[in-house]
Amino acid sequence: MSDITKQSLSELVENIKSKKLSSSEVTKAFVERSEKSKELNAYITEDYANAFNKAKKFDEKPNLDLKLPGIPMAVKDLFCTKDLRTTAGSKILNNFVPTYESTVTQNIWNEGAILMGKLNCDEFAMGSSNETSFFGNVQNPIDKNLVPGGSSGGSSSAVAAQLTPITIGTDTGGSIRQPASFTGTVGLKPTYGSCSRYGIVAFASSLDQAGPMAQNVKDCALLQEVISTYDEKDSTSIDFKRNEHSKELTKDIKGKKIGIPKEYRVDGMPKEIEDLWKKGIEYAKDCGAEIIDISLPHTNYALPTYYIVAPAEASSNLARYDGVKYGFRAEGENLIDMYEKTRSEGFGTEVQRRIMIGTYVLSSGYYDAYYLKAQKVRKLIKNDFDDAYEKVDAILTPSTPSSAFKIGEKTNDPVSMYLNDIFTVPVNLAGLPGISIPAGHDAKGYPLGLQIIGKAFDEQNILNIAYAMEEKINFKNNITDWWIK
Amino acid sequence: MSKNKSEYLINRHDNQYEVVIGLEVHAQVTSESKLFSTSATKFGAEPNTQVSLVDAAFPGMLPVINEYCVKQAIKTGIGLKAKINKKSVFDRKNYFYADLPQGYQISQFKDPIVGEGKVILDMPDGQKEVGIERLHLEQDAGKSIHDLDPKNTFVDLNRSGVALMEIVSKPDLRSPDEVNAYIKKLRSIMRYLGTCDGNMQEGSLRADVNVSVRKKGSKEFGTRCEIKNVNSIKFMQMAIEYEANRQVDLIEDGQTIDQETRLFDTKKNETRSMRSKEDAHDYRYFPDPDLLPLVVSDDFIEKLKSEIPELPDEKKKRFIDKFKLSPYEANILVSDNETSNYFENVIKKSDVKLATNWIIGELFAALNEKNLEITESPISAGNLSKLINLIKDGTISGKIAKTVFEQMMEGDKDPKKIVEEKGLKQESDPKALEALIDKVIDDNRDKATEYKSGKVKLFGFFVGQVMKVSGGKANPQLVNEILKKKL
Repeated sequence: MSDITKQSLSELVENIKSKKLSSSEVTKAFVERSEKSKELNAYITEDYANAFNKAKKFDEKPNLDLKLPGIPMAVKDLFCTKDLRTTAGSKILNNFVPTYESTVTQNIWNEGAILMGKLNCDEFAMGSSNETSFFGNVQNPIDKNLVPGGSSGGSSSAVAAQLTPITIGTDTGGSIRQPASFTGTVGLKPTYGSCSRYGIVAFASSLDQAGPMAQNVKDCALLQEVISTYDEKDSTSIDFKRNEHSKELTKDIKGKKIGIPKEYRVDGMPKEIEDLWKKGIEYAKDCGAEIIDISLPHTNYALPTYYIVAPAEASSNLARYDGVKYGFRAEGENLIDMYEKTRSEGFGTEVQRRIMIGTYVLSSGYYDAYYLKAQKVRKLIKNDFDDAYEKVDAILTPSTPSSAFKIGEKTNDPVSMYLNDIFTVPVNLAGLPGISIPAGHDAKGYPLGLQIIGKAFDEQNILNIAYAMEEKINFKNNITDWWIK
Repeated sequence: MSKNKSEYLINRHDNQYEVVIGLEVHAQVTSESKLFSTSATKFGAEPNTQVSLVDAAFPGMLPVINEYCVKQAIKTGIGLKAKINKKSVFDRKNYFYADLPQGYQISQFKDPIVGEGKVILDMPDGQKEVGIERLHLEQDAGKSIHDLDPKNTFVDLNRSGVALMEIVSKPDLRSPDEVNAYIKKLRSIMRYLGTCDGNMQEGSLRADVNVSVRKKGSKEFGTRCEIKNVNSIKFMQMAIEYEANRQVDLIEDGQTIDQETRLFDTKKNETRSMRSKEDAHDYRYFPDPDLLPLVVSDDFIEKLKSEIPELPDEKKKRFIDKFKLSPYEANILVSDNETSNYFENVIKKSDVKLATNWIIGELFAALNEKNLEITESPISAGNLSKLINLIKDGTISGKIAKTVFEQMMEGDKDPKKIVEEKGLKQESDPKALEALIDKVIDDNRDKATEYKSGKVKLFGFFVGQVMKVSGGKANPQLVNEILKKKL
């Protein structure tokens, strides 16, 4: 069967279940394409030999009742994988090999999937372009020298370029949805507490969520169904009744009330984003949804709030990387000197910047003015959504304020880089689910995404809306394989 | 001004200074596993054999609260007559050190699990109430070992993550003796509850000691210094004495006290500055985002209340009311559960007054000499009870009983058998005693005459003679009676 890598997850599962394809054949196809795509720099660590062995083993005794039978896939290098190097895109974990598996990846292997390797990402997931990775930039398959978004840039690039049928990323302020938007793929950030954080290298504990990334909504739904479990090992994991998303998926969204928040019409927003949004509203109407104007009055404060809360937590979460127990160590004259050298050499500049911001906002004398105030504003932002959901079932916004930009274009302007997350950050602060679906192209032909934000635990609803709109939008990604010689 | 016998004052020239002390006691929670992980907590294990991925702070590892430790803290709070906070919050206390793998300690800063309570001390001149400010749960750090290698420091993470209760007193203590009584009372309450074994040698109980001084009668507190991590009552007392005198000397010298953290050097018996207030760490406390606020229900607390055993104060009251013990006696007998259990077992079948005297007197002295705990006593409660009954029913005299007791201490023998085997039974037959007494009077005619002529002091001489002749077995009471008649 030709063009295995062009198949969606659902098609691959179907073909393996009906024995038209073996896991080995599928694995070989994705590995070969990954091998030919080194220029994208999507992988940090490849594990092809093991993948082939696992595929062979699967084919010898295939369990076709599983949800991801013999499906090969690569995952963001923020998930700890047993016996396979896990770097979080950082020099400080360059040589770190976990002896344990994250809950989310374990859930995936339990359903029969096979690990191909670890995908590039911004260092400790801090970035919006994958440019902060110690392992170098990732190319967006859409165009040469275009960023794939971040922090799950390796993941978005790999899915868009069909190096992996599906993948998982993590989203702290937009790190799944923004790269999905930049690469014409689908990415879901689930409700906080839906997917276990156990075994995921932490960035900001109160915001981090793992989520699925795929070529289409249906694949995304299936993967979300697999990864979302209650986990006693994560105290913030929530024990709620989980949907069988792929089975319950429907395009019937007639009468659903979709809110349009006026505050998302930000100053200087490109016209093509505005147009995309309008188009999205029309699509939603075409699907039978009712459009309602709403207000989320504290939206303006979301970004500054995020850039206090996330660095504060990060400054503490990253204290464990000190050269004492594992990972990179620089020799020093004494303990303090060793700490300073290890952390100065081991962390990149963006990570150091955020550690410093976080340390500052938690310092005595500044705590009340920054951290405490940010927590209060966070509550107000959450209240905004609660109020809105009295009137609507979901909220529709653009995913990003622009399409993908060139590598190096924003590296010297952190604030402009941070503005990328303006539409995605409020969702993390409120702990809500949000999905980005590709909805059109800008003048340069680069993909643009729309975001659908749901009520807490209401993933099924936004998946349904995305599924219905996906059909109307009928988006086609324009991938030319320019990097394959 | 009240006259207080045990008042502890420091005199310099014409000034009298009062010492104000507050303690932050770190008590290790008795628990099989750690506060946020399932690793074991056994003392004395090989280094780094009781360490989980969570304790060593591996990437992506998350803390999960140990419900048992929460129960232990609440029980302790109930024992301290304290307010139990239904909602408490775990915070991160951030600092770097090689034996702190996370780079932060999980503790409770603003919202502790237990609020204000109190501890009653029994001092020689009466009771004293010491206020408890709060009790919170926190993780212990690992241990840095600096003396195994000339160049390197070794780290043992066995203790990393072990649950501690930090019990903060109000600045209500006024002397080293009160500190002694306070620590012992706290230890006693926690041992009754089974929430902390109080073993200071193993580091299960340590304290930071806050000391300040002020002129007697002054209402203002002086500037305090905190003496870190003192691990025995004796050292606490020595540190307080040294520190209080140091502060008084400074004041008398016209200098001011710097608020600082000090270390107690047990070899030199002095405190030394560790860091000043300006150099104090900024711990950047903030709520741990890996943990939700800890919420406990009324039912949960009520259930724990129902599991609380009789505590020392209540037991003391019962001993005084029911057994008519003196407060002093009751205090000694309730100091730990094992002692009071022993006492109650002895008095099941024997006289309370005698039992009290024998336990507090002979038994404690003998155990002390052999350096044994009450649980290791060679004499079982049952056999002590038998011995007391032998005294009570006149089978042996108190004096003979001491001889029997000594033999019992060599191995838990039945006192009845000892008395029989050694023929120690008391002579209480009046006829036999009369014969003995007649003989003694006969042998000492001259003294008998002197006695009759008014030298009554000689009565004792005759008693002594009778006892001597009987080999100590004559019933002293009967001897007295018969002698009086005969002389």
